[in-house]
Amino acid sequence: MSNVSDLFNYWVVVFLMMAGFYVVIAQGNLIKKLIGLSLFQASVFIFYISLGFVEGGIAPILEEGVSNYANPLPHVLILTAIVVSVATTAVGLALAVRIHEAYGSIEEDDIQTLDLEADDPDEAPSDKPEDSPR
Amino acid sequence: MRDLFAVAMMFGIYSLLTAALFMDLDAADVAFTEAAVGAGVTTILLLSSLRLTGRWERRPKHSPLLPLLVVGVTGAALVYGTLDMPHLGDPQAPVHQHVAPHYIENAPQEMGIPNIVTAVLASYRGFDTLGETLVIFTAGLSVFLLLGSRAGGRPRPGKTAIGEQPVLRLVVKVLIPFILLFALYVQLHGEYGAGGGFQAGVIFATGMVLYDLVFGEGDARLVVPARWLPRLAAFGILVYGSVGLYALLHGRPFLDYTVLAEDPMVGRHLGILLVELGIGICVFAVVLSIFYALSGRRRQP
Repeated sequence: MSNVSDLFNYWVVVFLMMAGFYVVIAQGNLIKKLIGLSLFQASVFIFYISLGFVEGGIAPILEEGVSNYANPLPHVLILTAIVVSVATTAVGLALAVRIHEAYGSIEEDDIQTLDLEADDPDEAPSDKPEDSPR
Repeated sequence: MRDLFAVAMMFGIYSLLTAALFMDLDAADVAFTEAAVGAGVTTILLLSSLRLTGRWERRPKHSPLLPLLVVGVTGAALVYGTLDMPHLGDPQAPVHQHVAPHYIENAPQEMGIPNIVTAVLASYRGFDTLGETLVIFTAGLSVFLLLGSRAGGRPRPGKTAIGEQPVLRLVVKVLIPFILLFALYVQLHGEYGAGGGFQAGVIFATGMVLYDLVFGEGDARLVVPARWLPRLAAFGILVYGSVGLYALLHGRPFLDYTVLAEDPMVGRHLGILLVELGIGICVFAVVLSIFYALSGRRRQP
């Protein structure tokens, strides 16, 4: 089964991707969700880069007498994607910080409870939620 | 793990390992970026936000069974899908058949620079890269809108988050000039070796972040004031865009660098250099301003 063992790079990617996916859907903490999302993103990066890999090739910087290079196109795409990912993660973190200031918590369950309380007209909206311990 | 601090540190280590893996897969430029961004900047940003939102996570109330089932089924479907994929390192894989051979064969003659990644990034796919830079700029603006660029009041020079650390101060004092110098080298040497505007911007920002962390909150703000940064970011985009517009004004397609000089080859060199400079300035300003916005904010009761 040497054919199947040549596919292990995809399986590593699938494992990492599913680990990130699990963190996103199973964890309640918003910052942890963001880390899960970054894990998912990183697995996509590994997927692209492993596609660009060529057996016996070198990094795509020209050298005398070498004709076998790794595919430069995935490298370009992922290079920009990594920098974009840090910028978008920062937007997520900024949102989490603002949510913490507005709700006093970044746990999904707490936020939902507070929202439901605020929607209920009989109950006065709680403007000072309990402070989370430092 | 309930301790988010540990989670953030583990994520930094994971990024560093990913960078090593990229190096092993012959992606020098990408490894460079991942090491600077993933292991450096992302960790710092995560820690800055943990300071504002609290370090400990609560124990989840829901059962993990349903998410595990969803993840398991999706994962199994994806693994089944991989069975038809080309094998790792196979030169006959479809990805290697279409555009990439054109770049590898023609880049040396058309661009005259050895680093194909830079040639594709700044010249063949200049439109894409302009779009990516704009996305980064927009993300920086969103962080501004959410947190305010000067939130947290006046800088407090001399007060550090980590306290007095003489050894650390000395080491950082020696290191910072080299970090900044290295960033400039990466910026200007991107045509010949691994590197370019994206990496240089991030490394330069990391140097400033390090200075801010060790030498006192607000000290970096005295060197690069926060109010400059949005203008600097916009200026970076402007440099990139005006190179394109300059070509338009001369009756050539957008981002055609051959109009920049008599010799088309020199024009392309100049174009790539200018565009990378624009990217570097924009990325530096955005990363640093995001750090300022997150670190300058005081924790509200």
